[in-house]
Amino acid sequence: MSTQMLIYIFVAVSFALYIGIAIWSRAGSTKEFYVAGGGVNPVVNGMATAADWMSAASFISMAGLIAFMGYDGSVYLMGWTGGYVMLALLLAPYLRKFGQFTVPDFIGTRYYSKLARTVAVICLIFISFTYIAGQMRGVGIVFSRFLDVQIEMGVVIGMAIVFVYAVLGGMKGITYTQVAQYCVLIFAYMVPAFFISMMITGNPIPQLGLGSMVNDGSGMYVLQKLDSSLQAMGFSAYTDGSKSMIDVFCITAALMIGTAGLPHVIVRFFTVPKASDARKSAGWALVFIALLYTTAPAVAAFARLNFNGTVNNTAYAEAPGWFKNWEKNSLIAWVDKNDDGKMEVSKGDAFKGSPEFTGGTGPEGQRLVSNQILTDNPNEVYVDKDIMVLANPEIANLPGWVIALVAAGGLAAALSTAAGLLLVISTAISHDLLKSTFKPDISDKGELLAARIAATCAIVIAGILGIYPPGWVAQVVAFAFGLAAASLFPAIFMGIFSKSMNKEGAIAGMVTGLSFTFLYIAYFKLWNPDANAADNWLLGISPEGIGVVGMVLNFVVAIAVAKVTTAPPAEIGKLVDSIRVPRGAGEAHAH
Amino acid sequence: MSEEDPKASGAGAYWKENIRLLVTLMAIWFLVSFGAGILFRDFLDQFSIGGFPLGFWFAQQGSIYVFIVLIFYYAWKMRKIERHYDLDD
Repeated sequence: MSTQMLIYIFVAVSFALYIGIAIWSRAGSTKEFYVAGGGVNPVVNGMATAADWMSAASFISMAGLIAFMGYDGSVYLMGWTGGYVMLALLLAPYLRKFGQFTVPDFIGTRYYSKLARTVAVICLIFISFTYIAGQMRGVGIVFSRFLDVQIEMGVVIGMAIVFVYAVLGGMKGITYTQVAQYCVLIFAYMVPAFFISMMITGNPIPQLGLGSMVNDGSGMYVLQKLDSSLQAMGFSAYTDGSKSMIDVFCITAALMIGTAGLPHVIVRFFTVPKASDARKSAGWALVFIALLYTTAPAVAAFARLNFNGTVNNTAYAEAPGWFKNWEKNSLIAWVDKNDDGKMEVSKGDAFKGSPEFTGGTGPEGQRLVSNQILTDNPNEVYVDKDIMVLANPEIANLPGWVIALVAAGGLAAALSTAAGLLLVISTAISHDLLKSTFKPDISDKGELLAARIAATCAIVIAGILGIYPPGWVAQVVAFAFGLAAASLFPAIFMGIFSKSMNKEGAIAGMVTGLSFTFLYIAYFKLWNPDANAADNWLLGISPEGIGVVGMVLNFVVAIAVAKVTTAPPAEIGKLVDSIRVPRGAGEAHAH
Repeated sequence: MSEEDPKASGAGAYWKENIRLLVTLMAIWFLVSFGAGILFRDFLDQFSIGGFPLGFWFAQQGSIYVFIVLIFYYAWKMRKIERHYDLDD
């Protein structure tokens, strides 16, 4: 059977599975729609959280990014896992004890203010839409790469699938679908990783392989060999990196704190039965996430090593099969700067921008590009970083079904994240805006219908953003994490750990953190991208890391304002006391 | 641990003990990631485990393993503390 046929079968079977689960677990009430009835087993919830969390970017792009960033890639590894410690220790159990449906619910009640709730809803919608536009685009890209359909068509198919199980099943449907999606994606990620690790080091466990010797008889460790081969080609050492320490520090912190403040992650911990389950569940989520996140750096190093070894200084005529395959898919391009028929890999860009193929072929049969060739460096090869994961099965000479598995895995990763985000957006609209702010007397059925309509609208908007991506989408992923770190995290944290924080302080803090971070990122990413260089940054902190400064400002402003305004009413003190202890649903019974 | 005065137990003492545990665990969290993986990386890189420079290992592997241990330790320890103060759910 051809690989293409296998891909169709694998993807079709996985989609049928997701839809079947959705029909089996339809939501019948708002409680089921928003928090899956609040009775999800903590291990199951941990698995669903992992699928929700790991997007197409984690699955397809992260290893490639690390492969080209080396040590600097650690910001993603630590940043996107360390946040779960903050969630488990500082937020999740208390929010679960508080026991309502959404993050704005908590902020609105704790700060006894509709304005605070509305500010939280604005932060939430802003964060989630930024995030989801990228996801829908990711769905489209996976479809177009593996299934030979247009990106636009891919987005539409993705929208249709998400529509079925998110609108029908709500959080309940999403949770059980995500469990299936996690299994598909982790299996798809690990299988090629095992084989590549085996091929390069003789040790099948990638986490150990990364610290082992290369089995080519050189007696060198993987990282040693990678360092020396990269340095010989004019790059800096793999284990060194090129970002400044303060920037690595701030980006890592912004990603961690942002993770802990992302509404679609927090809301997952509302679905478990008890406060103590929320802690356990965060632990399990991290176990399932860590499986992929500790494998990714190994895949990154192996792929880069293999790339250097098989491509650099190889005649194009003898290029490995995967090289030409992905050249056909426009993810690789070669320009023969010195006309020697060999592919030179070095520091710098081969040409400006991403390849625009002319349709013609050169003397060696390579596809020609019309881009402006950059002659200030000897590098001749353009490579899309996503290759590092996508080409893995071919590099390791694995059979067609593994490639099909990777396609299904990439789609599972993109769809599960999109669905989770859509749910928090629709909840924010039907629950926080409609039910809690404008129409408190709406019936449960009416609210459920509103939630479904809101989810439908959100899918359509997300789809349109995916089909016609505004140029800034790729530029502003930093928004989601930075804004979450600077706006929602401090408000929730102080709501739990400080009894004296009042509504004036919390609102002033959120507005300050949000505006500062927004303006800083927008200035460097949208309005004046030419100025986006370390010399112009505040304290040398890049827009990716600025959320940390926004968070500090939020805390400072909130505490200062709370000092000079009236203390919160007495019942807020009682509310805080009650969320601090796990026992009981309403008031704490402990007194 | 503060076993000395079970009579004065209740929400206040429970919360104090929780905060003390949180501070300890968050300090470890900070040390393995921001400490070993970033601030002291250059110093640690002169040592190695297997083929990993130690600082690099913490940044790309070790910190994540410690994170997992921290969460499960906290979940386990808090259960114990909650039972002690009779505040478990």
